[in-house]
Amino acid sequence: MSNTPEAGLAIAFVSILLTPFALGGLAFINTGLNRTRSAAHGMLLCLTAAGIAALAYFAVGFAVQGIPGMPGHTFLMGRREWDWMGGESFFLRGFNLDTSSASVGVLFQFFGVALAAMIPVGSSAERWRLGACCASTALLAAWTYPLFAHWATGTGWLAQLGFADPGGASWIDGTGGFTALAMAWLLGARRGKFTPQGVPTAMPGHNAVIVVFGCLLTLPGWFGLNIAGAFLFGGAQPAQFLSIALNTLLAGVSSALGAVLVTRLRFGRPDASLSANGWIAGLVASSADALYVKPAEAILIGFIAGVLIVFSVELLELRMKVDDPAGGISVHTIGGLWGVLAVGIFGRLGGSTAQFLAQLVGIATLLGFVLPSTFTLNWLLNLVLPQRVAAEAERQGTDLFELGAGAYPEFVTHREDYFQR
Amino acid sequence: MKLAGLLLLLAGWVIVLAAIVLLPPAAAASMAFVLAGIAVEILGLVLFAQTHLPAGSRSNHV
Repeated sequence: MSNTPEAGLAIAFVSILLTPFALGGLAFINTGLNRTRSAAHGMLLCLTAAGIAALAYFAVGFAVQGIPGMPGHTFLMGRREWDWMGGESFFLRGFNLDTSSASVGVLFQFFGVALAAMIPVGSSAERWRLGACCASTALLAAWTYPLFAHWATGTGWLAQLGFADPGGASWIDGTGGFTALAMAWLLGARRGKFTPQGVPTAMPGHNAVIVVFGCLLTLPGWFGLNIAGAFLFGGAQPAQFLSIALNTLLAGVSSALGAVLVTRLRFGRPDASLSANGWIAGLVASSADALYVKPAEAILIGFIAGVLIVFSVELLELRMKVDDPAGGISVHTIGGLWGVLAVGIFGRLGGSTAQFLAQLVGIATLLGFVLPSTFTLNWLLNLVLPQRVAAEAERQGTDLFELGAGAYPEFVTHREDYFQR
Repeated sequence: MKLAGLLLLLAGWVIVLAAIVLLPPAAAASMAFVLAGIAVEILGLVLFAQTHLPAGSRSNHV
């Protein structure tokens, strides 16, 4: 963590208070892209995932991540010291919460880990048991997230290589996105999503209005994430906070317009849910590079993110047969990876080969460590606590089966013959 | 196959780590090895993804 000046610290603290908007927005998007029968369940999963993530981070995750500059676990290899894990106590014992940048940084991590935990919820919607979701979230918040966040920020070995991602495109969105992919694989597709021949069927979300409203709500949240992250982990100066906010906005809007344009060209009409996904992908990409790029570059980065997301969603559904109701895997994984790579291409950190190399190593670590470890952990969890709901729960909807009441009890919006068998 | 995909993902990461430990930073060789490691990871990802395809679509896709 950089030694943040007082003005920067005040800006960071105020910005952190905006980040719950990102959580609310993501919850709306996840729920709006569900079907009605699982809307209340989806919203509750988001709420509990955020809560469990904060508690697990408090209990264990903070100790794993540690505070840069404080004693941690290192080893020597190749004449270099590798700082691989924090060395703090469980339950924040011995840590003095005050107005230091370390304390503000810890507060930031609670919102970061909650956001990461909500990403798999959207991708596993309508088929993830509430209890299993809580247990899986605890694993993410206690181990996968804090370990990679430790590596990527402060004195972690990736950060020492020059890896730059102050807003968490990799350690928030990347870890959440790859966990979402692992969960989508482990749980399998919703019943009826693919025909026996593997052809996907349309299962549109139930409320495009709250999806788009969720997108708008995420904007102030991402202002908070990017500005606070830039001051706490990127060494930003107080004068830079307006340019960070502007770059965040430009990346988001250009990404949404990129998705609108591509869907208009490919399908004849703009697609609301893909365009909403494009918006979030641009914001995710901006997390890595809002501090380092010019506004015109932010527009280009966002636009490319919006284009990539449309093709990524298609690739996942049509070719890889991954059922991702909220599109979170594409948004947070592809958006995050693209943002990290864009720092190496456009960033003002010397523009050197070393910078590009460091960004590539970060991407390789997400792919080669985070994905296998999160898959293995959840596979082991699945052996002791089955994560997928019963077939009857999918027929009834998880609202009725797990919660005993639907989100919209006064409306009958589906019939038995709607189901594919 | 699933295990092979998982191991390839890990092997690619090990190649990347080996490149940054053993080779001088910012050298062309480092870049080549890192890219090679990522290529191995992508191979692992494709293999891993293939094991999760629904039975009916396995012969036609990915």
